[in-house]
Amino acid sequence: MSAAGARRLREFRAPDWAVGLAFVSPWIVGFVVFLALPIGMSLYYSLTDYSMLEEPVWVGLDNYTALASDSVFWKSVWNTVFFAALSLPITTVVAIVLAALLASKPRGTGWFRAAIFVPSLVPMVASAMVWMWLLNAELGLINRILQPILDALGAAVGGNLLAPNWLEDKAWVMPALVLTTVWSVGHSVVIYGAALEEVPKALYEAAELDGVGPVRKLTSVTLPMISPVILFNVIVGAIGAWQVFVMPYIMLGSSGGPDRAGYFYTMYLYDKAFPFGEMGYASAMAWIQLLIVMAFTGVIFLSSKKLVHYRGA
Amino acid sequence: MRKTGRSPLRRSLLYVALLAITATFLLPLIWMLSTSLKTERQVIEAPTAVLPEPITDIPQQIRDNYLGVNDEQGEVEVRGVLNDPVIDFPLYLRNTLVVAILSVTGMVLSSAFVAYGFSRVRWRGRGLLFGVVLATMMIPFPVIMGPMFILFRELGWIGSLKPLWVPAWFASAYNVFLLRQFFMSIPRELDEAATVDGCTHLGVFWRIILPNAKPALAVVALFHFMFVWNDFLGPLIFLVERDDFTLALGLQLYQAQAGEVPWNLLMAASTLVMGPVLLAFLLAQRTFVEGLSTTGLKE
Repeated sequence: MSAAGARRLREFRAPDWAVGLAFVSPWIVGFVVFLALPIGMSLYYSLTDYSMLEEPVWVGLDNYTALASDSVFWKSVWNTVFFAALSLPITTVVAIVLAALLASKPRGTGWFRAAIFVPSLVPMVASAMVWMWLLNAELGLINRILQPILDALGAAVGGNLLAPNWLEDKAWVMPALVLTTVWSVGHSVVIYGAALEEVPKALYEAAELDGVGPVRKLTSVTLPMISPVILFNVIVGAIGAWQVFVMPYIMLGSSGGPDRAGYFYTMYLYDKAFPFGEMGYASAMAWIQLLIVMAFTGVIFLSSKKLVHYRGA
Repeated sequence: MRKTGRSPLRRSLLYVALLAITATFLLPLIWMLSTSLKTERQVIEAPTAVLPEPITDIPQQIRDNYLGVNDEQGEVEVRGVLNDPVIDFPLYLRNTLVVAILSVTGMVLSSAFVAYGFSRVRWRGRGLLFGVVLATMMIPFPVIMGPMFILFRELGWIGSLKPLWVPAWFASAYNVFLLRQFFMSIPRELDEAATVDGCTHLGVFWRIILPNAKPALAVVALFHFMFVWNDFLGPLIFLVERDDFTLALGLQLYQAQAGEVPWNLLMAASTLVMGPVLLAFLLAQRTFVEGLSTTGLKE
């Protein structure tokens, strides 16, 4: 190459749109191949009968109409909604209370915060093992602590109280799962803690000048100020409920325990797709899940464009 | 909220409450560790004892439960977690590390690269495309896992670790978003000075942006590492050969295999799977907490 040619090459600057597209191209490729394509495939499969071994056979809306009268499907929907309705208020209140306790910055805050945060880092599979052991009806620590208390209570009222068989009694499966969720609330505690820091101190000072008590300060200053964060977290939690899989799958087994009391939406989707090989049916479920999640995401976008937070990878 | 504990009584009440709460949160982990140090008999006969009896047995229990003992022919004499004849935890650790290294490297590099395009280059359609990035942030994995499996099968990746790390090289919406926010806080004067000195966009990206974005890159790396280490559903679907299993999947297999695993061994295995994560937290506690709070809430 001539010297002039080399200079021309060095001085050549690609137009900005080409540079920009080049930089974002990994995401574009990933988006098309690993997201748009699978979503499109699943829309097509949801309209077919597809065993993954033979070619898909077009069946129109049959999968969707079959879902409408599938009692296992409705059971999994109900369990998922019930779990969200039970766990979200509890975890939200617990997280805010803990964040508020830490926000007063007592000596050793770092240690307290670390201790509360660590359980939320524990790999779910390991966490499921630990909780299976803790909740074991006969040898588990929880019932070993609970039973003597219940015995004393029983003696007082003249009855016989038995500690729950957490994972084998269908009435106790959900409370057990909620308990494990509360244990890993540390993530939210940190987020609410950051939100509390953002509340302008001047508001509290003004409230104090007006002679406002602590309860009123909570309801009139703190909660309104952090309400966008609460809303965001609750919606993210509601979306998360549709993805609950690991804890019940391991703790209760793939069929979700007694009477499928802990059988979640994603567990049924997984079962249909893989062990049963009914990819058409599973894809219909996936599309319903996608629409639900899109609706929740829409609420986030509408409610607040400014608010963002780190959700994890 | 800020100035509770002005009176000594309230302050001590706060302490009692916090101590009780932290103890409750740590109890399951303490219990896991304690159980992992007992013999099978102690677990059944004295389930509420915190430490094995006598305490001096702890080193031997660590050897028996965690390492296990092989005889001179290499046959299992005392069955521990790491010498289990069926579940090969050392191999699963290797697989997990392979996936983690490839996946974290890809995720950090590709997300930073894409985030540069969304923050440092001005071009038509950038805003629109970034809107698409934001819109895809919430799409859950279960929605696409079926077709993903079929796709990977067509590509011939089923039976390898590729499904778990190759997609990480194409950035994730969330990390692009996070890094873009951070890049925008790096002064533009730095780029301009470098451009005057003859730096191209690639040069600016490599010499100015990456070194200045280390805290944010650390957050992405750390959280993605955690994701890989904890992921269960992905390996459950995409890994078919037992020799390819990751630790999370191996632990579940260990628990579910025919013939019940005694609780002390199961807790020792859980401790081993959890250990590196807790270690990462101890070493990088500030990165964790800042990653969750500071980077997140602010515009």
